Amino acid sequence: MGALQSLSDEPEYRELAEKTGFSFEQIGILHKRFKQLSHNEDMLRRADLNTIPDLACNPIRTQIIEAFFDKRNFHQNGDGTVEEISFEEFLVVMSHFRPPALNMTEEQREKVRREKLRFLFNMHDTDNDGTITLEEYRHVVEELLSRSGALGKETAKGIADAAMLEVASISMGHMEPDEFYEGITFEHFLKILKDIEIETKMNIRFLNMDTTTLCNRDSSSIR
Amino acid sequence: MSTMGGLSQMKLAVNFLTIGLVILSLPCGSYTEIPPKPPGSVTVLPPVKPAGGPQAFPDAENSNLPVFTMDYARIQVPFEVTLWVLLASFAKIGFHVYHKITFWVPESCLLISIGLIVGAIMHSVHEEPPAVLSYNVFFLFMLPPIVLESGYFMPTRPFFENVGTVLWFAVVGTLWNSIGIGMSLYAVCQIEAFEVQDINLQENMLFAAIISAVDPVAVLSVFEDVSVNEQLYIVVFGECLFNDAVTVVLYNMFIFVADMPVVEPVDVFLGVARFFVVGLGGMGFGVIFGFVASFTTRFTSNVREIEPLFIFMYSYLAYLVAELFSISSIMAIVTCALTMKYYVEENVSQRSCTTIRHVVKMLGTISETLIFFFLGVVTITTEHEWNWGYIMFTLLLALVWRGLGVLVLTQIINPFRTIPFNFKDQFILGYGGLRGAISFALVFTLPDSIGRKKLFLTTTICMIMFTVFIQGISIRPLIEFINVRRTNRNLETINVEIHSRLIEHTIAGVEDLCGQWSHYYWKDKFLKFNNRILRKILIRDNRAESSIVALYKKLELQNAMEILDTVSGDINAGSSIVSLQYVYPLSPSSSCSLSLSLYFALSLILLLSLSLACSPSLSLSLVLSLTLSCSLFYPLLSKGLKSS
Repeated sequence: MGALQSLSDEPEYRELAEKTGFSFEQIGILHKRFKQLSHNEDMLRRADLNTIPDLACNPIRTQIIEAFFDKRNFHQNGDGTVEEISFEEFLVVMSHFRPPALNMTEEQREKVRREKLRFLFNMHDTDNDGTITLEEYRHVVEELLSRSGALGKETAKGIADAAMLEVASISMGHMEPDEFYEGITFEHFLKILKDIEIETKMNIRFLNMDTTTLCNRDSSSIR
Repeated sequence: MSTMGGLSQMKLAVNFLTIGLVILSLPCGSYTEIPPKPPGSVTVLPPVKPAGGPQAFPDAENSNLPVFTMDYARIQVPFEVTLWVLLASFAKIGFHVYHKITFWVPESCLLISIGLIVGAIMHSVHEEPPAVLSYNVFFLFMLPPIVLESGYFMPTRPFFENVGTVLWFAVVGTLWNSIGIGMSLYAVCQIEAFEVQDINLQENMLFAAIISAVDPVAVLSVFEDVSVNEQLYIVVFGECLFNDAVTVVLYNMFIFVADMPVVEPVDVFLGVARFFVVGLGGMGFGVIFGFVASFTTRFTSNVREIEPLFIFMYSYLAYLVAELFSISSIMAIVTCALTMKYYVEENVSQRSCTTIRHVVKMLGTISETLIFFFLGVVTITTEHEWNWGYIMFTLLLALVWRGLGVLVLTQIINPFRTIPFNFKDQFILGYGGLRGAISFALVFTLPDSIGRKKLFLTTTICMIMFTVFIQGISIRPLIEFINVRRTNRNLETINVEIHSRLIEHTIAGVEDLCGQWSHYYWKDKFLKFNNRILRKILIRDNRAESSIVALYKKLELQNAMEILDTVSGDINAGSSIVSLQYVYPLSPSSSCSLSLSLYFALSLILLLSLSLACSPSLSLSLVLSLTLSCSLFYPLLSKGLKSS
């Protein structure tokens, strides 16, 4: 993809629109933002994302940034991480946050739900072994609580332990005393979060208006 | 457990029976009035002669020291109030003895029915019911507790996520309904066959403004038991609370204008300006009082016993001050409760927190019960004027305009929503527009200069009965039939809480990344402002605590209480907190027939005492009707219970 500056490059945009479900205007705006972040280059690096000022005070920014470089989120059945991503991959990761269409059947809704929960699962499962172990869960909880004052690691540990216990009791029922709960598989993950209605919560309303002009302070602070 | 329950029930029943018997025995003496002593006066005894004769009181007449006196007039008002409240509450207990009824028929309908029966009895003996639904009593005493309860327990997160939609429906929706119904009714009035040509446009618009407002009392009592998806629930909930601003403005405007022959454009403009004053002023007062209340609770660590008082006093004060300036008092008290809740619950002790929640719920439930009960009573006892055409057309037009309004407004606002409303949601939104007691109270206090006031009263009552009974009863089966998307509202697991927070932070982060901001951005900004400034001022012990940790602590506490409860049996503190969260299963049917008969005995006694307070003829008719109904219902119910 060369220097795509206008919407007139229909074939590339059409392909992207079909793949991700965004409209042409939305793709155009996101492309502008991509260029802003990557300083008009074709590929985006972690360093570019680390400099966004608003993101700096987000407690889980490392996980979020990692998610963009995680091959599992590119829907191409790869795994591992990459060092830089292209616009197409950026868009594919963004498409996880698209709101569901107005009239969907139950299976389509289920599919959307699985996709979004898969994104969250990948955020937890950093070593890509298909389960969320206690250590990984503890890490997430610590990050989440890192902004709320000096709680210390002990509280976070206690909470993560309680959460794992909850998952174990919901998915495995009654366990023998010497049985050990290995880790949360994706199926268990789906089960414990099935009531959370993720298809209505995990959405970003992608606007059709150009908001990149409002973001110019990011590029100026990078210098 | 069950035997213990049965025993305590027996004790309670015996206590009540003794009290009842005592009350009954009172009029066995003379039911005549003894001239009441003027309060505060000192009884001057005649001087006692020291070398006394046989009597200490050498009165001229033959009267001895009265061993037993009665002064009814002194206690009349509080006594009757208490008896009415008890009667309505007994009705509520009665419904739950056979719980299948309350599943299908909302409590509001049952209460109105009982009220109708009592009203019929009172009417037949020409007694006047207490003026509960008059303007002052209703708006100053009956309505605030309910609105406080709904504001206090409003789920804040979904509310703020949907605040745009809520305000859109509340303001524009109510305007649409009022103007639409008013105009169409005026057109209907022109039809000669209905004989209502003397109602002019202003009066029609006034009436339309009154009945187009969706009523919080009715809606909440129906929607609380029925679980629909979160967005729909919060929009219905919010709409019925926030349309008060529009109703107040329209009502005052049309009352003012009903006297004037000609409406000038400047009046319309002033009306719009007044709307902003009313709405924003209401919210402003609420926020101010909320902050003052939070600030006060910062210093109450040494007066823990009266901590809950501040909550009630400040919210009531917000309500009254708003009423003083004729701005929207419902919005004031709701915003006050919303603002207060977050900060106050961190400042007060655990016990005060529980007390506040429990008392708020209790007051709200009592008010709601009384309102529906008295709706039934006054239906029978007011004077009616029936007019087929006007009433039927009002019902029809109200339905039609509400349906149209919901359709049009949703089309306009759906593009702005993350989760648009589909047709099923819209249907429930339109169908759930119940009218209730607020409309009745407003019509009741229309000035008598409006000629057709009785017709308006009758129409309002028909409207209320229609919506509460027909729409209220049918909404549950309809929701299941058309399969509206539901939300499970009892999600208190740590995993869900952790992941909710995770999702929020993720979305905020991705939004920052791609430069597309929505309400999460504003929420984040507000939270930062909150942490930096507001919490420091308003909270005593400022340790920023994540909601995950708060939930974790709460669940741990519950677990500990549960363990205590099962190990050592009856611990009072444990049961008081735990019982708020859990619903105990119904007692087995073996004690049901016993409780049923006790219930009937108690209500009989209660009604008797109430009626004796009013008049002897009333008591006679009550005894007759009750014995008849008991003898009819008891075998039916006991048969039904045995089979269940």
